[in-house]
Amino acid sequence: MKLIRVIALCILVLATAVSVGADLLAPHDYTEQFRLHANEAPSRSFPLGTDELGRDRLSRLLQGTRISLLCAAGAAFLATGAAGVIGLVAGYFGGWVDEMAGAITDLFLSLPWLFALLTLRVLFPLNTSTGVSTGATFLLLASVGWAPSARVIRASVANLRNSGSIVYARAYGCGNTHLLFIHILPNLKPVLSAQFWILMPAFILTEANLGVLGLGINEPAASWGNMLAELQNYQRIPEQPWILAPALSLILVVGSLQFVLPRRNIWQ
Amino acid sequence: MAIMTRNFLLALAIGICAHGDPTMELRFAIHAGPKTFDPLLATEEVSEMIRYLTGGVLVRFNRQTQQPEPELATSWKVSDQGKRIDFVLRRNVTFSDGTPFSAADVVATMRRMMAPGMPSAIADLFRSAAGEIRTEANGPNGVSVFFSTPATGLERLFDQLAISPARRVAPESAVLGPFMLQEDKSGQYVLLKRNPHYWKTSATGERLPYLNSIRLEIVGNRETELLRFRRGELDFVDKVEPEAFERLSKDQHSGALDLGPSLDTEFLWFNQKTNAPVPDYKKKWFQSRLFRQAISVATNRDDIVRLVYRGYAHPAAGFISRANKLWFDSKVSPPAHDRQLALKLLQEDGFRFDGRTLRDRGGNAVEFSLITNAGSKTRTETGMILQQDLMKIGIRLNFLPIEFQSLVEAITQTARYEACVLSLTNFEIDPNTQMNVWLSSGTHHAWNPAQAKPATAWEAEIDRLAALQHIATSASARKRAFDSIQEILAEQAPIIFLVHPDVLVAISPALRNAMPSPLAPHLYWNIEYLSISDAERGRKN
Repeated sequence: MKLIRVIALCILVLATAVSVGADLLAPHDYTEQFRLHANEAPSRSFPLGTDELGRDRLSRLLQGTRISLLCAAGAAFLATGAAGVIGLVAGYFGGWVDEMAGAITDLFLSLPWLFALLTLRVLFPLNTSTGVSTGATFLLLASVGWAPSARVIRASVANLRNSGSIVYARAYGCGNTHLLFIHILPNLKPVLSAQFWILMPAFILTEANLGVLGLGINEPAASWGNMLAELQNYQRIPEQPWILAPALSLILVVGSLQFVLPRRNIWQ
Repeated sequence: MAIMTRNFLLALAIGICAHGDPTMELRFAIHAGPKTFDPLLATEEVSEMIRYLTGGVLVRFNRQTQQPEPELATSWKVSDQGKRIDFVLRRNVTFSDGTPFSAADVVATMRRMMAPGMPSAIADLFRSAAGEIRTEANGPNGVSVFFSTPATGLERLFDQLAISPARRVAPESAVLGPFMLQEDKSGQYVLLKRNPHYWKTSATGERLPYLNSIRLEIVGNRETELLRFRRGELDFVDKVEPEAFERLSKDQHSGALDLGPSLDTEFLWFNQKTNAPVPDYKKKWFQSRLFRQAISVATNRDDIVRLVYRGYAHPAAGFISRANKLWFDSKVSPPAHDRQLALKLLQEDGFRFDGRTLRDRGGNAVEFSLITNAGSKTRTETGMILQQDLMKIGIRLNFLPIEFQSLVEAITQTARYEACVLSLTNFEIDPNTQMNVWLSSGTHHAWNPAQAKPATAWEAEIDRLAALQHIATSASARKRAFDSIQEILAEQAPIIFLVHPDVLVAISPALRNAMPSPLAPHLYWNIEYLSISDAERGRKN
């Protein structure tokens, strides 16, 4: 199991390095259309071939990896943070605070997030840049994706609150702030970490699903989602197997994210 | 009146040979179940398809000759400057349940269609072309239809009006068309069987149709549909995507057929509505003829055809394609891609290009958003081509695909958009049915809908020409008026026509007598003459 974790970690480090250095590694501008070279097979100029508009697939894959991976990580970080704050407050204070936080969590769990996303897209200013709309898409994913994690964190905090160490600390006169940040939060690290690693692949896959529906990251920006949309014509695959590259990247990264953390941390 | 080509007779002869086979069942795919079997309420593709296959009509529009032909009406006469049509009905015709057909059925169908509150798309079509309609029987075999406004070429609309019985029965239980409903298995298939009382006979006197049944199988996925076609389980595929068609064409026995340009047009337009929530300086660009012309010539239509449609489309110059033999204006041709000319036109209009960014007189960088419906691969790719073409003349185009309902709301209600790419889908060849788009008062007048009075002189001229063709009784006068409208639109470019996609189909070698047409329904418009060679199908299987 340790070996698999090491391999998973290596894949993730590599993917992160690739996404950070996408601009340096890409042989071409990912938006440039080489119209006389449309739909070409892999070659020295275009190592993963070109798409229907003659754009270099490798450059788009590198850019797509950057957007999908970094934005999903950012969204997972925000969602875990939000879930942490709400779970911590609700679990520690209990009573009406807990009830109110529970109601808000339930509300977010029942939100039809797809419709929220559609509405958001329509409400965007008309000339929103692709970068801003990409950020907003992932921000929305984070803003609706924190709720399940908040429940898990709240349950952990509620358990911790009644544990012996916290009761002793309270008996010694520690205030709420001290208890929350010095005694409870450090104990939540494994739970928060597990929630982060659970949310990140979930956001990557959600973006991919949106991309297949044509509602993900706006073209000409590349993401795994909008590159995967090509695979809807699955009869192309035997003739052009290189179009599977984004799918393989997605499987490798999402798979690695599942293995990077010891299972016991996930189940905690 | 009846026009039968030599090919048609040849096809009949082949069909006769095929007839007599007990298993003659035509199979093809639909992508959802029908919403209604009431022909007057049909609004979506599958219900309209069933209406076509089961409904008997007074006049049938021949998709090859593009001329109306007699069906339940043996003849008709237009009089009173196009405000009246008298039909003489065919005798000895019976509904599929064996009851006789008479003028009372036509009158009842017309009255039901025009009844207030009847949500009928065909009624809307009649109303928009001819105002209010009154129908009277002239004895058992004559019907007169009176229109409140003169309308030429209106007999074509009767191609879509399936006659139902006057007595109170479910519309699908008694039909006059070649097929009748046998079974509707929700989510799986719709089975139509041969109407034993269908009136039409072949040239040799044999009762039509040749087929015993039609199985419309619900297949949700286009790729699965193609796969099943290749396995010989379906007899044809309509509207094949260019990419799939290209794959299919590699197999010379696949039956892939390019029927040439369709009646549909992909186009781009700018929002010129005066009260639209768009900055005033942008409205000035959009209202400038030179700006629109520059965008038009900067657009590389040949690349859209080659890359987006894999060569299976034609650059468009107007809203009428070559497929429409009667109304196509050969004087209008698509503008050639010319970046220098685009820059020259923009310069004439006061724009400045510094090599990177185009700026207007006020120093504003030229940037606009282009909306379209999300999920359309061809429109997304078209948007990307436009983006790169315009970038070369310093214009930044922000491409924004949005969900379809939101798109409709933006272009019809809120006017919160700057430019849009969509298509104009035509089922009718007579441009009269598109008047809602071209009249300045029309609610579908894309760039500036529902104007109280024409905003520009050229829109007023289009209105005048549209009115002129509406009351013109001679076909040549109507054609002249429509040619002028097409030429004004080409000159003013309120709509930048991009391409006419081709009609791409695939037909099994087992299907006989098919005479594919670029006009819908492309493959089964002569359904009563189609037959299946089960021996051929067996070989395929």
